[in-house]
Amino acid sequence: MSWLDHRTGIETAIQNFLYEEIPASSGWHQAFGSIAVFLFLVQAFTGALLAFNYAPTPGDAYNSLRYILTEVTGGHLIRGLHHWGASMLIVVVVLHMTQVFLYGAYKKPREATWMVGVILLLLTMAYGLTGYLLPWDNRAYWGTVVSTQIASHIPLVGTYMSRLLGGDNAVGVVTFARFYGLHVLLLPPATGLLIAIHIYLVRKHGVAPAPGDEAKSKKKFYPHQAFKDTVAIFCAFVVLFVMAVTVRVPLERLADPTDATYIPRPDWYFLFLFQTLKFFDGPLAIVGSVILPSLAVLALLLVPFVDRGQVMRVTRRTVAFGVVALALLGWTGLTVAAIVTTPKPDNTVAIDYGAPTDWIKLSPQELAGIGYFRKENCASCHSLQGKPRIGPDLASVPIKKTAAWMIEHFKHPAAMVPGSSMPAIQLSDAQLNALAAFLLKLTARNAEALANAPDFAVQAALTYQTGNCGSCHQINGVGMKMGPPLNGLVRRRTKTWVAQHFANPEALSPGSFMPPYRFSSREMDNLVAYLFTLPD
Amino acid sequence: MATLRRARLTYGESMPVTDQADVTRRKFYIAMIYGLWSIIAAALSIPAAIYLLIPPKLRKMPEWVEAGDVSNLEPRMPVEMVFRQNRVDGWKIQSEKTTTWVVKLADSQVVAYGPQCTHLGCAYHWDDNRNYFLCPCHTSIFAVDGAVVSGPAPRPLDRYEAKVENGKLLLGPLRQSKEKA
Repeated sequence: MSWLDHRTGIETAIQNFLYEEIPASSGWHQAFGSIAVFLFLVQAFTGALLAFNYAPTPGDAYNSLRYILTEVTGGHLIRGLHHWGASMLIVVVVLHMTQVFLYGAYKKPREATWMVGVILLLLTMAYGLTGYLLPWDNRAYWGTVVSTQIASHIPLVGTYMSRLLGGDNAVGVVTFARFYGLHVLLLPPATGLLIAIHIYLVRKHGVAPAPGDEAKSKKKFYPHQAFKDTVAIFCAFVVLFVMAVTVRVPLERLADPTDATYIPRPDWYFLFLFQTLKFFDGPLAIVGSVILPSLAVLALLLVPFVDRGQVMRVTRRTVAFGVVALALLGWTGLTVAAIVTTPKPDNTVAIDYGAPTDWIKLSPQELAGIGYFRKENCASCHSLQGKPRIGPDLASVPIKKTAAWMIEHFKHPAAMVPGSSMPAIQLSDAQLNALAAFLLKLTARNAEALANAPDFAVQAALTYQTGNCGSCHQINGVGMKMGPPLNGLVRRRTKTWVAQHFANPEALSPGSFMPPYRFSSREMDNLVAYLFTLPD
Repeated sequence: MATLRRARLTYGESMPVTDQADVTRRKFYIAMIYGLWSIIAAALSIPAAIYLLIPPKLRKMPEWVEAGDVSNLEPRMPVEMVFRQNRVDGWKIQSEKTTTWVVKLADSQVVAYGPQCTHLGCAYHWDDNRNYFLCPCHTSIFAVDGAVVSGPAPRPLDRYEAKVENGKLLLGPLRQSKEKA
């Protein structure tokens, strides 16, 4: 026995843990529990990392998360791991439960193990519910408004619950602090403790044997099952990592309690509950919000006491398979119904605020310049990121020319730069002016953000330029002040109002001398969406 | 007939194994366990280290801040100017009130001193009667050109990078004076 073991007993403890005897039938199907523990640890780890750059108050949460996504090195990956890890944990926990259910592994004497597992499932969902609010974007805010409303409809304790969660059906600083406290301070130790009890119970009763195991000699957990668990965990991790790198987690607009057009939806794994609510109206609403979910949890808890027969071969447990199939069918049906019945938002554009959004601060003229830059395919000869092409790099060195020179050069390239092989650009003076304005503002730093300007905004800026809106209105401090400035329009008007106002300004603002505009529905969508992104 | 061998295991235990194929498989399992867990540990710890240890790329603020009008400055008569300066603080931009002592040393030379004494950072002021900058903490005295006249200050007053455009004073970053007192 080694020196260390003599003093701490650690080696003996590890040996006892690893050389646990397990039934001969154990195998790949039992790996889900290990994956779930692993994913829980990944969540704890990435969650702790996020906390290093995240400020948990409604005033700062959104900006600090944007900071993590756009400025902190590797912040996108850590947030991606945490976000997709949460979804994956739900999937794996449910798969683990399904496996145990199908094999009847909850039977005597393992009832307590199962019941602790059910509570762990509920805790996993509680993380999803509380974590959903923490980005404090529109999705988070409105999703939580709905879930706290549901809590307030519980008979007898509803009003009290709602006050406990922040009071009077409002989601604000109190709700936020409580959700955050639950998510990072209360739930993790509770989960850790219950996982410990769960594993202790598994060890106490041993891994559940299948019929026929009595005759065979037992095997050891290490290395046979440990190998299978490791491979399974590795596969899960690869999927998680690839998702975190490749699938962008959207960050929507900052939470806006006055946004009447937002259509709140919970995260995908709660959609079935959300859809269930729709079947019950008025006084029956609590059936969907409280009674059915409670009965479902109760049924899950009582499974080992209902199904008390002898352990059977998994292939002969037709009833169990039937129950799982029905549950899967019901869940899928409800989820699909919820997705299908979600109305399409009235504008089809979604801006990812997790990406650079410098383009929002540009004047419409500069933004239109981006449109001409793209339309004239300038990038085929000029690079913006330092890779040499035929023409000069336009971003890495500031252009020390006047706008007038630029415009002359666009019209007669060879006259201004002898020997230039650039073709003349066939655009009107106003259009060339916009292009020059954009190019003169270009630096290495903002070139990337400018390249990211979404098409709807560029198209809107082109419409704005053609309509000469800037001769009466101001955007980002550029333009005239005859009409109202258009920044912060989102706080003053609805999208429908703006659309109707374009068609007939005088009807909606008596005395207005703005001429009516006819746009195609696409132009209108783009323009209204763009105007509504402009900050105050 | 299988020969009984003893294979040494990772945790110091030895255990009877019956044939060569078993030993090989066992070794493979253990190698895979160590290998895969190492990859997972690296894939989590390297991004974590990058995330925690590499400073974020901060937004750049405009380099020149307008401090005020200097077209009517009297030569060698310091004036205290208060201006707002934006500072990037993580996800926030803090707008801070900052002061500077501005003095026109010659017709084309306007200098702006940082508001703190170079000794221990106290706020000094211009003494009109005696024509010097006096720090109330340890009575460091600076001449109108920022040089140390007396007291414990280790170096002349720090200066902002400054330029004058259309009568407006524009300030850049505060530079520490290199010379010794």
